[in-house]
Amino acid sequence: MTRLSTTDDAQKLSGGATSWTSDTRLQKNIAQALLWLLLLTLPFWFTAIGGYTALGTRVLVMALAAMSVNFLLGYTGVLSFGHAAYFGLGAYGVGLIIKYIIPSTLLGMAVGVLTALIAGAIIGLLIVHLRGIYFAMVTIAFGQVFYFIAYRWNNVTGGDDGLSGWSRLPIDFGFTQLDILHKERAFYYFVLFFFMISAAIMAAILRSPFGRTLIAIRENERRARFLGIPVDRHIWISWVISCGFCGLAGALSGLLNNFASPHDLRWDQSGVFVIMAVLGGMRAFWGPLVGATIYVVLQDILSSHTQNWMSFIGLFFVLTVLFCPRGILGLFRRKSKS
Amino acid sequence: MSLLRVENVTKRFGSLVAVGGVSLVVEPGELRAVIGPNGAGKTTFFNLISGFLTPSSGRIIFDGEDVTDVLPARRVWRGMARTFQITEVFPELSTYENVQIAVEVAAGYRLRMHLSQAEKTKVRQRTEELLEMSGLSHKSTRLVGEMSHGDQRAIEIMMALALNPRLLLLDEPTAGMGDQETHDITQLIRRLHRDQKLAMVLIEHDMRVVLHLAERIMVLAEGLMLAEGTPHEVTSNEAVQAAYLGTAAA
Repeated sequence: MTRLSTTDDAQKLSGGATSWTSDTRLQKNIAQALLWLLLLTLPFWFTAIGGYTALGTRVLVMALAAMSVNFLLGYTGVLSFGHAAYFGLGAYGVGLIIKYIIPSTLLGMAVGVLTALIAGAIIGLLIVHLRGIYFAMVTIAFGQVFYFIAYRWNNVTGGDDGLSGWSRLPIDFGFTQLDILHKERAFYYFVLFFFMISAAIMAAILRSPFGRTLIAIRENERRARFLGIPVDRHIWISWVISCGFCGLAGALSGLLNNFASPHDLRWDQSGVFVIMAVLGGMRAFWGPLVGATIYVVLQDILSSHTQNWMSFIGLFFVLTVLFCPRGILGLFRRKSKS
Repeated sequence: MSLLRVENVTKRFGSLVAVGGVSLVVEPGELRAVIGPNGAGKTTFFNLISGFLTPSSGRIIFDGEDVTDVLPARRVWRGMARTFQITEVFPELSTYENVQIAVEVAAGYRLRMHLSQAEKTKVRQRTEELLEMSGLSHKSTRLVGEMSHGDQRAIEIMMALALNPRLLLLDEPTAGMGDQETHDITQLIRRLHRDQKLAMVLIEHDMRVVLHLAERIMVLAEGLMLAEGTPHEVTSNEAVQAAYLGTAAA
C-alpha cells in the first residue's frame, strides 16, 4: 500500500499506552462524544435544518451497511462488490417472516440476520481464497444470484414489485410497549440502539488481537502468512462478521420502508455501499457514517429537483477521490510523530 | 537429531531447473550461510524450505517431521520463521504494532477478540523486550513505512523472533544497505546467535558479510551445490573461486 499514513487508526488500535499522546486521545474522545451527542439528539434538531426523522434513520441504516463493507475493505483489505446480497437477505428475511410466519419484529430481524450470516458463511467458504479483482467479481456474481431469485420467485417475494403488504410491529416488553410503527422517533432510537451496539462490537473487534491480524492481512498478506496467520481463515471470519452486520442493516432497512425491494439485492446497491465507505474515508472507523450521511442527504435533496441526481453524486464522488483520495475523514489524519 | 534436513530437493519452472538436487543439514544452534551469485537459486531454495513453494522432488524434514507439503503457516507453528529479501513489514502501522502483532500470534491469541489485563501485560512486556533487543525502543510510535531500510529490516527480524522460532531463515538481511546499516544488522544477527543459541540459515551474495559470521557455508551456483564447508574451505575451493569470486572480481 502507499506510505501515506493514518496514525489515526494506528494509534486507536494499538491498545498500548506507547503510541498514544494525551492530547490526541483527548481530541478523539471529544470528537467521539460529540458524534454520539449529535446522533442521540438528532430527532430534535434535524427537522429545524430541513431534515426529517426518517431521513436520519435512513442515514443510520445505510451507514451500518457501509461500515460492514468497510470492515472488509478498510480493515481487512478485501473489496466486496456483492454486499447488497446480504443487505437484501436481511430485508427479505424480516419481511417474509412478518408477512407469512409470525408477526414479530425482533424475530423477523433475527431470522434476517441469521440468513445473511449463513449465506455469507457458505459463500465465504467458496471465495476467500480469491484476491483483488477476482474476489470482487465473484462477490458480484453471487450477489446477482440472490437478486434473480427475488426477482423471479413472484408468488413468494413479490418479484419485481418487491415484498409489500407487511409492516414493522410495536415491540412488546410485557410491562410496556415501544410503538416503533407510528412513532418515527421511537423507531429512530430503535435503529440507533442497534447501530450503537454494532459499531461498538466492530470497534472492539478491531482493537483486539484478532482485529490486528485483519489489519496485518490488509497491510501485507505475505508477512501475515509467514507470521503463522492462516490468512484465508481469518478473511473468512471477517467476511462472515461483515455479512452479519450488513444483514442487520438490511433488516432495519426493510423495517424502515415496510418493504423489501429486489433492488436492495442488486449489484449497484453494493456499489453504493462501497462509494459511501470511500467517500467518507475507508481508513477511518467513522468514515462510512460520514459517507452515508453525505450520500443519503444529497440524494434526498437532489432527487426532489432532478431525476439525474445520481450524476451529481457521481461528480461529487469523483471530485472527492481526486482531491482527497483518503475520503473526507482522511483530511483529518495525523502525521506520524517522531 | 538435526533440526533441518533438506534431502535432494529440486525445483523446476518449466524447463528451467532453479534448484537441482540440493541437500542441506542444519544442527540446533548452528549459523549456516548459503551464498552464490545472483540467479544461483538461493531464494528459490529458501522458498522451498519455508513452504512458499513446493519442491518438484526431494524431501524437507524439520525437527523430525516431513514438512515437504506442509503450508507455510504450519511450518511457522512448528518453529520456522523467515524474513524476505525485500523487507515485508506492515508499513502503515507503528513499530510497536508490527512487533505486537507477531507477539500476539506467537502467544496463540490470534483468534481472540478480548484479552485479560494479565494477557495484555504479557504481550506488552514481550513486545518491549524485543524492541529493546533491536535497539528501536525510541522509535516505537513511528510508522514503519516512513523508517529507514535498516530499521525496517531490524523490525522484520524482531517480528520473526517474536514467534520464538527454533530456526530463523534470513534472506539477504543486508541487501541494499549502506555500510553502517550492514554493520548494525550483522551485529544484531551475531548477538541473536550468541545469546539465544538460535539456529539460523542466512542467504547472502556479499561474501564478506558471511565469512566472519557463519560456521559453515554452502555455495550455490546455477541451482547446483558447488561446495560446502567452513569459510576457509569454501574460499580456497577452486570451483568456488572460478564461479563466484571470479565473477565478483571481474
